[in-house]
Amino acid sequence: MNTTIPLHRRLTNIVMLSLTGLFTLLTLGILFFILGYITYHGITALDRDFFTKLPKPVGEAGGGMANAILGTIKLLALASLIGIPIGFFGGVYLSEYGKETTIGFLVRFAADLLNGFPSIVMGIFAYILIVLPMKHFSTLAGGFALGIMMIPIALRSTEEFLTLVPASIREAALALGLPEWKMVTFVVIPTAFRGIMTGVMLNIARVAGETAPLLFTAFSNRFWSKGLLEPTASLPVMIYTYAIAPYEDWHRQAWAAGMVLLMLVLVANLIARLVLHRRFFQPGAS
Amino acid sequence: MLIVALSVLLITAIIALELYLHSHLSIEKFGWAFLSRSTWDPVMEEFGALPFLYGTLVTSAIALLIAIPVGLGVAIFLSELAPRRLSDPITFLVELLAAIPSVIYGLIGIFVLVPWMRNVLEPILGTTLGFLPIFQGAPYGVGMLTAGIVLAIMVVPFIVSVSREILLAVPRSQREAILSLGATRWEMVWIAVLPYARSGILGSIFLALARALGETMAVTMVIGNRPEVRASLFEPGYTMASVIANEFTEATSDLYLSALIEIGLVLFAVTIVVNALARLFIYSLSTKRGAVRT
Repeated sequence: MNTTIPLHRRLTNIVMLSLTGLFTLLTLGILFFILGYITYHGITALDRDFFTKLPKPVGEAGGGMANAILGTIKLLALASLIGIPIGFFGGVYLSEYGKETTIGFLVRFAADLLNGFPSIVMGIFAYILIVLPMKHFSTLAGGFALGIMMIPIALRSTEEFLTLVPASIREAALALGLPEWKMVTFVVIPTAFRGIMTGVMLNIARVAGETAPLLFTAFSNRFWSKGLLEPTASLPVMIYTYAIAPYEDWHRQAWAAGMVLLMLVLVANLIARLVLHRRFFQPGAS
Repeated sequence: MLIVALSVLLITAIIALELYLHSHLSIEKFGWAFLSRSTWDPVMEEFGALPFLYGTLVTSAIALLIAIPVGLGVAIFLSELAPRRLSDPITFLVELLAAIPSVIYGLIGIFVLVPWMRNVLEPILGTTLGFLPIFQGAPYGVGMLTAGIVLAIMVVPFIVSVSREILLAVPRSQREAILSLGATRWEMVWIAVLPYARSGILGSIFLALARALGETMAVTMVIGNRPEVRASLFEPGYTMASVIANEFTEATSDLYLSALIEIGLVLFAVTIVVNALARLFIYSLSTKRGAVRT
């Protein structure tokens, strides 16, 4: 049959289809290059000091990023405390009560817009709301900025996983005479729990690497940061400052921090994929 | 729960309001001319946003110019050629690119891409296409072209992920109809599948554009940060997001800070419009779930 098709059409077909394959290889190549390069440089740079020591004074070799690691953990905890409850309850509302309503549509649209806001704008927002009145940088401001960024994803992923709960399960609960709120609290949410937790984990992994909103909210700190009201170091900001500085040893540590962040993101994504896969292949089994 | 849901609306509105209120010093002083002036002089307190608008537009345009063909190519490969068994894991891997923090792109950019641009790509472009004004000048390595390439890598997964789902949702009958008329595989894609998926693909492109416009760290680390409008893509430039990132903590006067916040406001407004367009394109499809994932 192919012989009836003119040569130039067959050629275009082959060339264009090969190009799509080539682009796929190129994209995957770039991904593996980035992963490999960071891992290679990160592993040679990672040592125990990195996790246990404070940064050394400028110009001195050695030291670590213990304060930045703790700073990132504190920022993420605070952000989760702000972003996840709002996102979760908002998501429950959208899925259970606001399906076809105008409010539902508006909230969903606002969440999608919020999700698309440049992260640097979130930084400005937290700066205006928290740094300006307090007159100094703080963990609180940084955590707030990250927390706001977590809302839209928490909201949409909660909604999506709740929507996946089959109508038969809801109807079974209602048929037993449960009021609607009990059905949602004790039947629907537990059924979707694993999915929702996966969403939370991905969400945390995503904001863990955010740098721009921290630059002028959490700022940075070369020492331990006490409580929530002092500026704090964080891994992403450290990577940025160390990468653009002219010191060899700082570059080495930037690679190490880069690898730690990258591993966090990779592990979260892999777990999410495994969890969700099992879900999709055995619906109803739990 | 309704209150919580409404708070999302409220937060979005407050962000817009606060940005506007805190940039009014600069808005009052410079008016609309703020957008067309190219002086950026913190010492004399003369502020114009043109170099940043220009840098943002140019880098995003380069990014899309590369990312649209590549991203669509990958999406076509994944939806039309690769078997499902292969397509799903590859999609996962491509989407991983979007999960990598932007500061890590910046890190790779500084230490790998910038030297490569300086030593390999820019000299080659300079000698072969040097007659074009956009490829003239000294190969610094850092510059708008480099930033555009980093951005392209960062936005490809957005185009792939959304476009692939849209392409998969194109009905079988569309494909079979044109194949039965004797079309080749590629003609099927080009004549039947892509036009059918047009609005969703446009949506994915706008989504990628919004991402490129607002991207901060990776661009800041490779663009060279010089507030000038230059024709050559080899020249260092500056974007709206990166000037905020770089100068916000150094803004000593109220007017300076206000000018930076106004740049944030402009960036905010532009990304809202682009994002809203993207959502409308994608919503209008009303395909199956998943199309609005980002």
